[in-house]
Amino acid sequence: MASGIKDKVAILGMGCSRFGERWNDNAEDLMIEAFIEALEDAGIEKSSIDAAWFGTGIEEEHVGKSAVPLSMALRLPNIPVTRVENYCASGSEAFRGAVYAVASGACDIALALGVEKLKDTGYGGLPQRNRGSVNDMFWANASAPGSFAQLATAYSAKHGVSKEDMKKAMAHISVKSHDNGSRNPKAHLRNQINEEKVMNAPMIAEPLGLFDCCGVSDGSACAIVTTPEIAKALGKKDLITVKAMQLSASNGREAQHNSWDGSHFVTTRAAANRAYKEAGITKPRDQVSLFEVHDCFSITELVTMEDLFISDEGQAVNDIMNGFFDADGEIPCQIDGGLKCFGHPIGASGLRMIYEMYLQMNGRAGDRQRSEEPVFGMTHNLGGFPHQNVCSLTIVGKEGA
Amino acid sequence: MEVGILAYGGYIPQSRLQRSEIAKAHSWFNPGLNGLAKGERAMANWDEDSVTMAVEAARDCLGDMDRDAISAVYMASTSFPFNDRQNAGIVADALNLKSGLQTMDFSSSQRAGSAGLSLALHVAKGSSEPVLYTTAEKRETRAASPLEFTSGDGAAAFLVGQGKVIAKLLASHTEAVDFVDHFRGEGEAYDYSWEERWVRDEGYLKIVPAAIASVLEQSDVDPSSITTFCFPVAAKRIAATLAKQMGFPETSVADNLQANCGETGTAHSMVMLAQALQNSKPGDKILVASFGQGSDALLFEVTDEIANLAPRMGITGYLARRYAESNYNKFLAFHDLINLERGIRAETDKKTGLTTLYRNKNMAQRMLGGKCTQCGTAQFPKSNMCVNENCGAVHTQEDYPFADRIARVNSFTADRLTYSPDPPAYYGMVQFEEGGRLMSDFTDISPESDVEVGMAMRMVFRVKDYDNKRGFRRYFWKATPVAAAQKGE
Repeated sequence: MASGIKDKVAILGMGCSRFGERWNDNAEDLMIEAFIEALEDAGIEKSSIDAAWFGTGIEEEHVGKSAVPLSMALRLPNIPVTRVENYCASGSEAFRGAVYAVASGACDIALALGVEKLKDTGYGGLPQRNRGSVNDMFWANASAPGSFAQLATAYSAKHGVSKEDMKKAMAHISVKSHDNGSRNPKAHLRNQINEEKVMNAPMIAEPLGLFDCCGVSDGSACAIVTTPEIAKALGKKDLITVKAMQLSASNGREAQHNSWDGSHFVTTRAAANRAYKEAGITKPRDQVSLFEVHDCFSITELVTMEDLFISDEGQAVNDIMNGFFDADGEIPCQIDGGLKCFGHPIGASGLRMIYEMYLQMNGRAGDRQRSEEPVFGMTHNLGGFPHQNVCSLTIVGKEGA
Repeated sequence: MEVGILAYGGYIPQSRLQRSEIAKAHSWFNPGLNGLAKGERAMANWDEDSVTMAVEAARDCLGDMDRDAISAVYMASTSFPFNDRQNAGIVADALNLKSGLQTMDFSSSQRAGSAGLSLALHVAKGSSEPVLYTTAEKRETRAASPLEFTSGDGAAAFLVGQGKVIAKLLASHTEAVDFVDHFRGEGEAYDYSWEERWVRDEGYLKIVPAAIASVLEQSDVDPSSITTFCFPVAAKRIAATLAKQMGFPETSVADNLQANCGETGTAHSMVMLAQALQNSKPGDKILVASFGQGSDALLFEVTDEIANLAPRMGITGYLARRYAESNYNKFLAFHDLINLERGIRAETDKKTGLTTLYRNKNMAQRMLGGKCTQCGTAQFPKSNMCVNENCGAVHTQEDYPFADRIARVNSFTADRLTYSPDPPAYYGMVQFEEGGRLMSDFTDISPESDVEVGMAMRMVFRVKDYDNKRGFRRYFWKATPVAAAQKGE
């Protein structure tokens, strides 16, 4: 039995660019912005970094292929650099590479950086791309909102929740994220909205309206990781360590086998079971302090609260409406605004979620700082489509927790 | 041995463009068009063409009959999607027929529809195996032309051969006359027409009677005993004049479907024949004639076997499955007659790897999936390893056809973000009743359709993507509600 990742790796420093429509900046500018912050936070020289992992999803829109763009942008001293891509979980994948490298003992200090420059496509939303010559022959001509919208129809049918109640719960999620985002100076969307505005917004993919969809942003986030011993030797106190890192990839069951009902994520449930076990968490609803989940669409956040075993099946609507996940609720979810308002630069998102956990645990989250000191923070990062995806979970927390 | 029709089928697209809406758009320019503003015309969906309509008519014709015996597939049209790629071959593929058969396209004349049937019957007479004959038309017409009003889209199919024929061929005759009333030159998109009165007097009323007279003489049938006279011309009085001239009973003149369908081009003589068979009883004598650089005449006698033919949609059923389309701009857009701003998402390159298509054509064109011989799980697409997590067997899947199975909606959406020529794009997970599922595009979701989880869907062969850069189109199967709309005004 593997011993797991718990407490083997500490976060030495993190950085995150401002997310948004960065018309005057290249991907390289965003990478530097996140990297310099992380390097200064870590208090090390660039020459101390042994290896780097570079997460980017839609490289043809900005930097191009391979690891070279990261190495060039940061002028890294010819160290090993690996480019990773796993849909919207690419940033988490970069973090996993760096963490595993340190845990293995192959590296003392490793870097993970994610970036995406999405606002150079000429239109809003994600770029429309080919999906491979065979898939294009038979896959429905689906967009991201259209794929995720189907969670709502399947969930409503399964749990007998009316369209109106679903829409209200989804609206609550978006209103909450806008409230939270308004307190975050690095967030893309900083305006507050109300339920009425969400309900009356133009339809994107039924039943998802405009405010049920996250922002598509430019941005970058970065982490520098090392062992707890090295972190302490470098003078770091109150370490934030990695408690669990789990990834689950669809094997085709959801897309091809009738055992899946379409209302939840098979991968999230599989990864969550393993992550809690790895972190030693037995009662997640009581033990986890904060969540950053992949709220690409409001409905995704809703079903994820059940997939992470926080809300009982069919009960997420009630928890949401009762304010359980609000910034001042029992377990805040997206206290930084989430993908919805912080923004969603594909390759940076997973690292941005960890960045927020890191700030909150260090008491550095400014106006949005949670008063009750967080112990365990969980990030949930999802890539692909509900019926064919990867789910990446990371739990970080105070050393020894 | 007697030869004749063993089974028939028809297909008419469900959307019916209101002719008053066409007139509304154009009468400022040509008030004369107001005279054509009555009724409605069948309007193919953006993902339909003559091949997809022929496939639907053929499926209607064949029902659950044995398809392995079919020895040839012919198709007639003047609106083939491919000039150099056999269209009948695509039809045969979509029907999941064996490869050991003859396929052939007939074209270049409004008479090709009847000529094809005549030839198919001739071939079947010398063969113990039946021939599948299909014809369809999605005729391109210029905006504000009379043809835009009088044309319609549709298809018919016939299984012809020997044995238990529902209608035996009594006689057939062809008059070939290079009478050019209209033409479409090489590379031209639209027809060029000559004066209607000349076409009537020197064309219809002189050439067609010669063909009819020959079949009457060959078969020794008294003109007064003709039950149904099918003559595919938009103006009704021409068929009536011909009937009178030939001595057919007044009641024999078949409805030319101008009011609710429009003339389906070269397919129309065959659409009318399919309709006549649907309305016939044993002993009926059906005479079908056509016009186009000459005339074909075919005379059939309906047999007692017609009572044993399984029920089918036919032209009657498809005419009843309709909704009224009052947006003429949509028609213009579907036919690329307006320079619509389609948005950046429409720019996606739709190139098809022909190697990939050929390797995967059982999946893409025949909709063959796999069924695990070890655990019985049906799955789409067919794969090397069974998707059932309790099985996972390798190389155990046999071909398993999905196209004719009923599925139910598991989840769905109406998407306004993704590019669709007819937004919103409906799609969702559909689950087949005997197992297997697919994230499928939906089609023919009429404004009256209320899509719901659990709704029954059937699969239809449609255009999946147009590659306008290279003039290619890709086909795949889409889900459509089994209980289609039959309302709207």
